[in-house]
Amino acid sequence: MAVVGFILDSIREMFRGPREYWMWLGALAAIVAFGAWNYSQQLMNGLVVTGMSDQVSWGFYISNFAFLVGIAAAAVLLVIPAYLFDRKDIKDVVLVGEGMAVAAVMMAIMFVVVDLGHPDRLWHLMPVIGRFHWPISLLAWDVLVLSVYFLLNLAIPFYVLYSHYQGKEPNFRLYFPFVVIAMFWAISIHTVTAFLFSANPARPFWHSALLGPRFIASAFASGPALIIIALQIVRKVTSYPISQTVIDTLALIMTTALQISLFFVGVELFTDFYNEGAHAASIHYLFFGLRGFASLQMWIWVSLALNLVAVVILMIHPLRRKIVMLNIACVLTFFGIWIEKGMGLVIPGFIPTPLGEIFEYEPTGIELGVAAGIWAFGILIFTLLAKAVIAIKQRKLVRSR
Amino acid sequence: MTMDSDPKGKDYKSALARRNFLRGIGMGAVTTVATVAQPAWGGETFQDAFADFFQKDYRRMSAEEIDAALGRIERRAKRRYGVDIDCVNTPPQEGVVFGYAINISRCRGYRDCVHACVKENNLGRDSQVQYIRVLELNDGDFNLEHSDHYYDPETVPVEGKHYLPVQCMQCDDPPCVKACPVEATWMEPDGIVVVDYDWCIGCRYCMAACPYWARHFNWTTPEIPAEEINTKTHYLGNRPRPRGVVEKCHFCVQRTRKGRQPACMEACPTGARIFGNLLDPDSEIRYVLANKQVFRLKEELGTDPKFWYFSD
Repeated sequence: MAVVGFILDSIREMFRGPREYWMWLGALAAIVAFGAWNYSQQLMNGLVVTGMSDQVSWGFYISNFAFLVGIAAAAVLLVIPAYLFDRKDIKDVVLVGEGMAVAAVMMAIMFVVVDLGHPDRLWHLMPVIGRFHWPISLLAWDVLVLSVYFLLNLAIPFYVLYSHYQGKEPNFRLYFPFVVIAMFWAISIHTVTAFLFSANPARPFWHSALLGPRFIASAFASGPALIIIALQIVRKVTSYPISQTVIDTLALIMTTALQISLFFVGVELFTDFYNEGAHAASIHYLFFGLRGFASLQMWIWVSLALNLVAVVILMIHPLRRKIVMLNIACVLTFFGIWIEKGMGLVIPGFIPTPLGEIFEYEPTGIELGVAAGIWAFGILIFTLLAKAVIAIKQRKLVRSR
Repeated sequence: MTMDSDPKGKDYKSALARRNFLRGIGMGAVTTVATVAQPAWGGETFQDAFADFFQKDYRRMSAEEIDAALGRIERRAKRRYGVDIDCVNTPPQEGVVFGYAINISRCRGYRDCVHACVKENNLGRDSQVQYIRVLELNDGDFNLEHSDHYYDPETVPVEGKHYLPVQCMQCDDPPCVKACPVEATWMEPDGIVVVDYDWCIGCRYCMAACPYWARHFNWTTPEIPAEEINTKTHYLGNRPRPRGVVEKCHFCVQRTRKGRQPACMEACPTGARIFGNLLDPDSEIRYVLANKQVFRLKEELGTDPKFWYFSD
């Protein structure tokens, strides 16, 4: 019964706070409601209300999905130093990172669900009562690894926090094996998501062995960027101590990852363009346009510019150590990678079609509305989880006897 | 990649299915017997919706369950279009694997195949889904990226152009089937890659996987004028489709399993299209494969299409 008390106390803590906290929750809830309304329009009228077509059959939703799996995976960058290298400062914030992973996985799954033509048939994916096409379908793999990752990132913090709640120290030997599994699992979720795309020879733009490494590298840049911003916000609005050394470590990881990520982009560009063949049609469309069509050109150049400016800031140590400059670099990286992996990766895979047709895509207001709702929902989940985590870590929330 | 149980369902529906139909619900654990009495509040519609929701995938339904599903399909068509359709489940014939070949030197770009296909297969008129796409290319050029999909001159063929019809290649190693997370699409024993429209969740991963752009999604509810509906339908073929699912060319399964030609072949005025049983050494398609220089599109992708091209 102590577990029930723990859950109830945590929920109570989640909804306790000053006026500003409630205004924040209220604003997020309003955006969620706006997203839900947009989704209801889509449910009533079908996916025809989106900008997608037979030509470009995945759009803004799957773009956000691919990006968010990367954010979820990036929690491992706190988990590894916290538990393997026993960094005390990082151990203090690792649960916040895992909360972010939980929120990111939820958002990723929601982005897939809103993309479905028949969400009511989701149970067809369940093993036994449905027909789960595992291990053949990469999408089945993605469902599997994301679900398990979600559970791991719920279970480990749950155990640790529950121990704190009871005033006990968590038994490291009990949960350490799960931590190790979670580390490998984090890499697996993003690798599988990359394979989802790279498995298709039908789409030469995705069909590259470099896609997996590119996904990991860009995730390890955009993930820390988001964690750095989130940790600073937590530091500002709560009394929870977050050591500057944590942010320094994350900034260093982010710098290296962004360098590698940009190097990979260069490798891709060289290989496709030195001897340009049919394989390069999509990337040509993306960067330079094709036969007069060029709607993604602006996106990708903006993305490249954002990432380049960010990497310059990060590589110059005095600049990176200035918190304002670091924050700028984080915002640039976050949006730079968001474009690169979304509009810059998912969409051009469909242009031109395998039969050579060029048909462009632009998200509609409904798609943007639904996406805004899902992002707000994710931020809401993160806020609530972080609120409870911090209260318990600060020993404000302990089992009353 | 064959059916994992023996062929079931019949070309006819049993008297039982017509009057009282057994419904398998969920995992078959609960079975209720319902009569076709019409409660005042439209209970049949409600019961159909309920049974539709829990309908199993095609390959796991018993003969009775398939019969019940066919009955629901017919009633749904009646409600939606006011038309009495006949939906059957003709099983694949023994010793038959279908293949197709097109003589591209005979194709004049008339698109009669396209229009026949639209009518035969109850394709959405306003959504303009078409299983066949005829590409127009300049003579001397076979690069699909230079093709015109929407050619619209006064008359075809246009001097200096040639035409290439493309549709589902019924690959023997189909990447779309591998992609599907719920096994809603598979290859039948007669080689046709089909979709269970009642099992598809509409994720469209198969569309990303297909190298021939042969799969189409119902972004909206397909609208067909009632008088234009083809009432001879098959569960895996041309029955009216719901919104939000993927569909594709199925070699006119409702015709070809009864020994008829696919509609596109029947419609072709130049005789460019040849369809037949690949396992029959005396078939015309086997003659073409043995005596003509044939090639397949994107053969290098290893999907092993059962769809060939040749020229005189």
